[in-house]
Amino acid sequence: MNYLLHIIIFIEIYIIAAVSLNLISGYTGLISVAHAAFYGIGAYIVALLALHFHTPFMLNLVLAIIGAVALATVVALPSLRLTEDYFIIATFAFQVIIYSVMNNWVSFTSGPLGLPGIPQPVIFGWVVDNHISFLVLGGILAILAYLFSWRIANSPYGRVLKGVREDEILAEALGKNTMRFKVTVFLVGSGLVAIAGSLYAVYITFIDPSSFTIDESIFMLSIVIVGGMGNLWGSVLGAVLLVSIPEILRFLGMPNSIAANMRQILYGLLLVLFMVFRPRGMIGEKR
Amino acid sequence: MGRKGNSSMLTISHISKTFDGIKALNDVSLTLERGKVTALIGPNGAGKTTLFNIINGFIKPDGGRITYLGKAIIGQPPYIIARRGIARTFQVLRLFESLSVLDNLLLSFRENRGEALFRLYFSPCSVLNTEEKNRTKALELIQLVGLTAKVSEPAKELSYGQQKLLSLAMCLAMGGDLLLLDEPVAGVDPEMFRRILSLIEALCRDESKTVCFIEHHMGAVAEVADRVIFMDDGKIIDDGTYQQVAKSQSSLRAYIR
Repeated sequence: MNYLLHIIIFIEIYIIAAVSLNLISGYTGLISVAHAAFYGIGAYIVALLALHFHTPFMLNLVLAIIGAVALATVVALPSLRLTEDYFIIATFAFQVIIYSVMNNWVSFTSGPLGLPGIPQPVIFGWVVDNHISFLVLGGILAILAYLFSWRIANSPYGRVLKGVREDEILAEALGKNTMRFKVTVFLVGSGLVAIAGSLYAVYITFIDPSSFTIDESIFMLSIVIVGGMGNLWGSVLGAVLLVSIPEILRFLGMPNSIAANMRQILYGLLLVLFMVFRPRGMIGEKR
Repeated sequence: MGRKGNSSMLTISHISKTFDGIKALNDVSLTLERGKVTALIGPNGAGKTTLFNIINGFIKPDGGRITYLGKAIIGQPPYIIARRGIARTFQVLRLFESLSVLDNLLLSFRENRGEALFRLYFSPCSVLNTEEKNRTKALELIQLVGLTAKVSEPAKELSYGQQKLLSLAMCLAMGGDLLLLDEPVAGVDPEMFRRILSLIEALCRDESKTVCFIEHHMGAVAEVADRVIFMDDGKIIDDGTYQQVAKSQSSLRAYIR
């Protein structure tokens, strides 16, 4: 039972990550491979605050969002001046930098040893310490993140995001400050994924840099692509599918050492198959 | 022609631009007057589209000044220039291809309160209001250009002529006073040709828009242009009514070639 709840909690975490990345990559067409970096920043901020200052979870969560948004600003302003391919490279560079900092700034992040014993959250007297309560907390955060993103996706603002993706020069000629839209959506997406990171940190109670690598970023991007770029429901379905598939492998009686590799192969295969046969993902953008 | 007399909309003075040593524009000066239709003609490579790109801010000139309604616009980013009221179409059509005809138009309004992130959450009513207003206006414009049946089709599904009409409608939705049209009738069938030309005429007559268009189709130029400017090699060679330019242009051709 707890095993099933555990998977659902992970699905919730990845729904937040994928929905927020969909705003950046699916709606606006900015392919970012740095999403796990902001996810990690959220996790580290929450963990460090809780471990060193014993501040309440809600405050930590807000500070994690602010921290991720602040760092996203630093990344966005120079890299969003670049066009498509170069933007991907810039986000890749940022992803590598953040990972290196987490791994090497030992006095601050404990490096590869990670941060164990992250206290479980207490929210206005509600102690979140078992699977059911984490499921509820994750559900609430995922729904809030989804609604927040839905409002953006289905607004005039979201329409401009699609316009920027379709033809940035035309959008400029029509009087849209495309830079403003690209920067703001990048900040929003980065802030939202910090929520996923915070949830991850307090749920697992242990974080180390290996959870926030480029592989993780690409996994998040896979969810968005498989689910469907430019469709938020697609990201929800994508998260359900990609998080639960490797679990099914376990029941096939595969030893763990092989299952881990199979997982990678399966993701790769799935991505290729979707790119060839269904490039718009499970459910594509509404027209 | 225009109701507001001969006030100048756009003044271009001594604009030059060199690409890799080739002078695309060489000391070009001209003034566009309100409510007039001006045609820019001349061979390919004469610098006509470069001039458009400089006016709307995509290219920075090497030197010179441009003022729109008395204010300098050079050095401003394209979106600011667009917001000031200069709308344009592109020679190679640009549309938001996978978005619907309606969405293409809704993206063209200069003011839409729902395009500010903050208001989405803190002022949803005002967002809804402008969206409704824009939607009504958009549907009117779609009807004006005769695309009502295609409202929810993606722009890429339209025929070439319909795409041209859509881009013209988007220009109108922007509500600018100066329209720069790059080859508005090139490659369209005769029926579409008539529709586009009568639309341009109506705009200047009824809404005192100022239009400047690039065109190689001399029939269209003769029909709607109040004034014709002949460019070659980055310079203005001739400037006058169609009859005047046509007369001297033939002598010019004979002179050059």
